Amino acid sequence: MNLHEYQAKRLFAEHGVPIPEGDVASTPAEAREIARELGGKVVVKAQVLTGGRGKAGGIKLANSPDEAEEKAAKILGMSIKGFTVRKVLVDEQAPGIEREVYLAVLIDRAKRLPMIMASAAGGIDIEEVAEATPEKIFKVHVNPALGVRYYQTTYLAAEMDLPRELWRDFHKVVAGLYACFKANDASLTEINPLVITSENRLLALDGKMSVDDNALYRQSRLAEMRDVDEETPAEREARQSGISFIQLDGNIGCMVNGAGLAMTTMDVIKLFGGEPANFLDIGGGARADQVATALRLILSDPKVEAVLVNIFGGITRGDEVAMGIIEALSQLDTNVPMVVRLAGTNAAEGREILKEANMETATTLSEAAQKAVAAAGARN
Amino acid sequence: MSILVDKSTRLLVQGITGREGSFHTEQMIAYGTHVVAGVTPGKGGQWFRANSKRVPVFDTVKKAAEATGANTSIIFVPARFAVDAVYEAADAGLPLIVCLTEHIAVQDMISVRAYLDTKNTRLVGPNCPGLLTPGEAKVGIIPGYIATPGNVGLVSRSGTLTYEVMDSLTRRGIGQSTCVGIGGDPINGTSFIDVLELFEEDPQTEQVILIGEIGGNAEEQAAAYIAQQMTKRVTAFIAGQTAPPGRRMGHAGAIVEGKSGTAEGKIAALRTAGVQVAEHPDQIVDMIA
Repeated sequence: MNLHEYQAKRLFAEHGVPIPEGDVASTPAEAREIARELGGKVVVKAQVLTGGRGKAGGIKLANSPDEAEEKAAKILGMSIKGFTVRKVLVDEQAPGIEREVYLAVLIDRAKRLPMIMASAAGGIDIEEVAEATPEKIFKVHVNPALGVRYYQTTYLAAEMDLPRELWRDFHKVVAGLYACFKANDASLTEINPLVITSENRLLALDGKMSVDDNALYRQSRLAEMRDVDEETPAEREARQSGISFIQLDGNIGCMVNGAGLAMTTMDVIKLFGGEPANFLDIGGGARADQVATALRLILSDPKVEAVLVNIFGGITRGDEVAMGIIEALSQLDTNVPMVVRLAGTNAAEGREILKEANMETATTLSEAAQKAVAAAGARN
Repeated sequence: MSILVDKSTRLLVQGITGREGSFHTEQMIAYGTHVVAGVTPGKGGQWFRANSKRVPVFDTVKKAAEATGANTSIIFVPARFAVDAVYEAADAGLPLIVCLTEHIAVQDMISVRAYLDTKNTRLVGPNCPGLLTPGEAKVGIIPGYIATPGNVGLVSRSGTLTYEVMDSLTRRGIGQSTCVGIGGDPINGTSFIDVLELFEEDPQTEQVILIGEIGGNAEEQAAAYIAQQMTKRVTAFIAGQTAPPGRRMGHAGAIVEGKSGTAEGKIAALRTAGVQVAEHPDQIVDMIA
């Protein structure tokens, strides 16, 4: 789960990371009031869970409460990469920016440890830095039993050539960002940029944070921060039903058991010239009602011109899947063609149930994908 | 020969009285696996009955291992308690732990890994289907009937995709030495390289199938290992070629982050290492036959 900038920065601040004064607004009038309290000179920032806000015009400076209201009115309601802006963060302007650096805590899968990543090239996309000038990125790993040590932050500060009088403060920022990462079960805490102001202070101007979904059961405060407006209604319903569902742009809906097989089904559709409309994993041991929900979600997308059901039953039983399909079709008025491929546990029983439904079937995944692509094409 | 599990496996089931644990214990016994003990805290002294067999249930892994000589543990315990179950099995000195549990927090896995590094214990998983040596032992939930004994080693990050490939192998008469699911989480106990090393050393295994997916760089590391160390032929498939970046595709570990973890990058690395990469799963069997 990703957090908004204002949520991330507030959590950083709880661990001693300095952030600008500011607050979040949902209306231009609220933005005006916040700007007035902050003395007028502010930056108005769109709060959406995607990058590239600046380029899209979602971040604007304002030098008076009037101007803040006007800028907020422009930004609120704007669409950035398909996300509608519903909130803006109104922050005081930094006094003057001498330098911008990059700082993040993330998980190094290969070393199986948390890693601190820092770069003197801050304020720009770190992926671009990593590609163009990897030598400008410095990394240290954190042993969870030891935490962040002074020698490690000294190394990073020295490599980035930070002013020596800021090394102690820099250590506090790194240690705070790591403490925040650990305390909140984050998979990423990132400050880009961390700036040195003209007053020679460190300040986290931007913040990004991802929380491990698997830890939300013990992070109830964070679970409540989930922005449900960032999901489509179908994705939300799927999450609540225990179905893993991601909508895409194609026209062939997919229902599969297992994440790896679901991804593969999408790939094979594409290989045979089709475009998947979604990723959908009904999970292991799905019952008929979950299958019915899944099919209803797939068919709620008007772009879907054919559906491919690919089930390799281990825990999941073919007859349960077939009953779910029949149940869903009895409630829905649809003429979208379906191709069903059932293999594994109780597949024969499942095929028997589907016989009466007069449905296209297939024995292999490749055959199923080709039939689904043909069925979708025939409708155009 | 085979790797990790065989007829000498004496299996202990943590969570044997739970819904999944009891169902799959029956399945494992039916396959011929020696299930020697079960552990459910608070239910010590009971018996688990499956078909004609009785398996003693203990309160702790230590007691169970001492009483029965168990040498492998399988964990069917819900995510909140699974980490404790792994520590308990490692502390009892079991050399092999297989954890099927999905949704374990990644920071917990960091601690688990750090602890296991101090022990002589191998963990397979979490979030995996377990492993199966055809005709010898099934430790996990891989359906037994899709396996047949033979000389192809299989290692995979995915569950049902593994079944898909095993099934097509078996239908074409190509048997397997051992099939290992290492799990779809970002941090796991056993890596591709660990399993490749075992297959390279195993005389029964003649060639290997590797099934990867988007996210992380485990496949790239495997490619480097294959190029430098492996003499046996490796055939691979990578799932998620059409997955959009920034979205977690079901598995916690399956996500393209920025420019890293893409299927293209993994396929290129594997091909450079001399691995043949299939475009779709049905093609794997054609490539190795």
